[in-house]
Amino acid sequence: MDPIVKVEHLTKTFKSRGREDYTAVDDVNFSLYPGEKLAIIGESGSGKTTVVNMLTRLLDCTSGRILLDGEDITNVRGKALREIYRKVQMVFQTPVESFDPRRTLGDGISESLVNHGMKKKEAMQEAIRLLSLCGLEDEFAKRYPHEVSGGQCQRAAIARALAIKPKVLILDEATSALDVTVQEEVLNLLTKIKEEMDISYLFICHDIALVQNFCDRVLVMYQGRIVEEGIPDEVILHPKEEYTKNLIDSVL
Amino acid sequence: MREPTVRKQNIHHNHLKTRLIIFGTLAILLVVCSFFSEYLCPYDPYLQDLGNAKAAPSLAHLFGTDRYGRDMLSRVIAGSRTSIYSTLLLVGFITVFGTIAGIVCAWNGGRLDSVVMRISDMFLAFPGLVFALAVAAVLGGGVQNAIIALAAISWPKYARVARSQTLAQKETVYIRAARLSGCSSSKLIIKHILPNIFGPVLVTAMLDIGTMMMELAGLSFLGLGAKPPVPEWGSMLSDTRNLLATHPWVTLAPGFAIFVSVMIFNLLGDTVRDWLDPRNAR
Repeated sequence: MDPIVKVEHLTKTFKSRGREDYTAVDDVNFSLYPGEKLAIIGESGSGKTTVVNMLTRLLDCTSGRILLDGEDITNVRGKALREIYRKVQMVFQTPVESFDPRRTLGDGISESLVNHGMKKKEAMQEAIRLLSLCGLEDEFAKRYPHEVSGGQCQRAAIARALAIKPKVLILDEATSALDVTVQEEVLNLLTKIKEEMDISYLFICHDIALVQNFCDRVLVMYQGRIVEEGIPDEVILHPKEEYTKNLIDSVL
Repeated sequence: MREPTVRKQNIHHNHLKTRLIIFGTLAILLVVCSFFSEYLCPYDPYLQDLGNAKAAPSLAHLFGTDRYGRDMLSRVIAGSRTSIYSTLLLVGFITVFGTIAGIVCAWNGGRLDSVVMRISDMFLAFPGLVFALAVAAVLGGGVQNAIIALAAISWPKYARVARSQTLAQKETVYIRAARLSGCSSSKLIIKHILPNIFGPVLVTAMLDIGTMMMELAGLSFLGLGAKPPVPEWGSMLSDTRNLLATHPWVTLAPGFAIFVSVMIFNLLGDTVRDWLDPRNAR
């Protein structure tokens, strides 16, 4: 089966005057297959978020190649860049801040549909449908981000990411800002969505228990490199690398 | 225990609302007056009556008459046209221009940003009125040239505010999220950046109206603004200042007009700032 996302030799070097170059991501290679739930774990500063920022082209890479659904998106710009967001979407770590404070959640959710050519009224209908899919009532479409709780807002953020029916959903520590019971609800929601849509998940997190319960495959990142890869149970119970052992020990 | 704080907040909020209504109404009244000044003047502001020169305030001439026997009340009202109208035009223009410059700089960054910001530094380095004097002197007198001179030195403030606000907004999570929703740069700026930086820009503009009115009157006072016999508060003050000791009403009338309008616009600006302050949760 062809991978939906293929990343080859991805490298990001931050250059700043007067300081040594800092390589945040160093020759990273991985693939994400259709329908897969892949996790990237690692400590803060290991380059996980930089990888997904390059994957969504919010950040330009220094070298390497990113293939999305067989298409090279490493250097696409303008309209072609906006087109890739039909296929890849992201949920951010801070749900409330990921919505424009001056616009309603309904506006935020329907925005991608409107931008890709749907009529405003239809898009709003669709936003309400998505909200109910994510377990929120219709009236949330009219609320502002500061008027809802973090968990509710993250559900709305998931609804927004799903609006355009992407093939890949990236969750950048999407559950770490939420408390444990709400985390559980969000994970159940993601499981439910997966049953209804043909979608792959890319999880960025440092919650090892979550990875073990939820994901099919896990990559361990350390200092910008992928140091270990495998099935969660194996990686977590029988880590091969010294770093992975430390990471797991520090949690348990 | 909660109730008192809630009530206190409500009182504060109501207080703010009352202030907003009062000063807003006064400011609108001033603007309307200046707009319809031609119809409000009891006498022709240009009509001389040398037999009745320097007359003290009376029922016929509420603010008295000047050295040519012109009715001061009519001249003050007619002067509002020049003073208030020009000030609003000036502030409106520099707000729009400065904000656009600031947003474009912050959004594109790079060389354009450096160049425009260094130019704005240059303008900020000069003492404002002195530079305006030089510009007005080069361009020659007249209200229009005074406006151009003041606009030339005042836009950097707005460009700075808009630039810093845009830079702060540009890196927020919701802008990244909006990018992922397929917004182009122009859409991001118009739909997301602009509404979110509008508050600080508006407050800067509101608080600036009073200052600009003073500076415009100052330029006219120095003879670089409105040309006689066009009534303008600053030039009226300048014309009549040697009568201050003997016939104070002639000088006090335009002075008082400047004082009252600057105060109304400053108080309105203050109120708008308080009103838009996120700490005053509504």
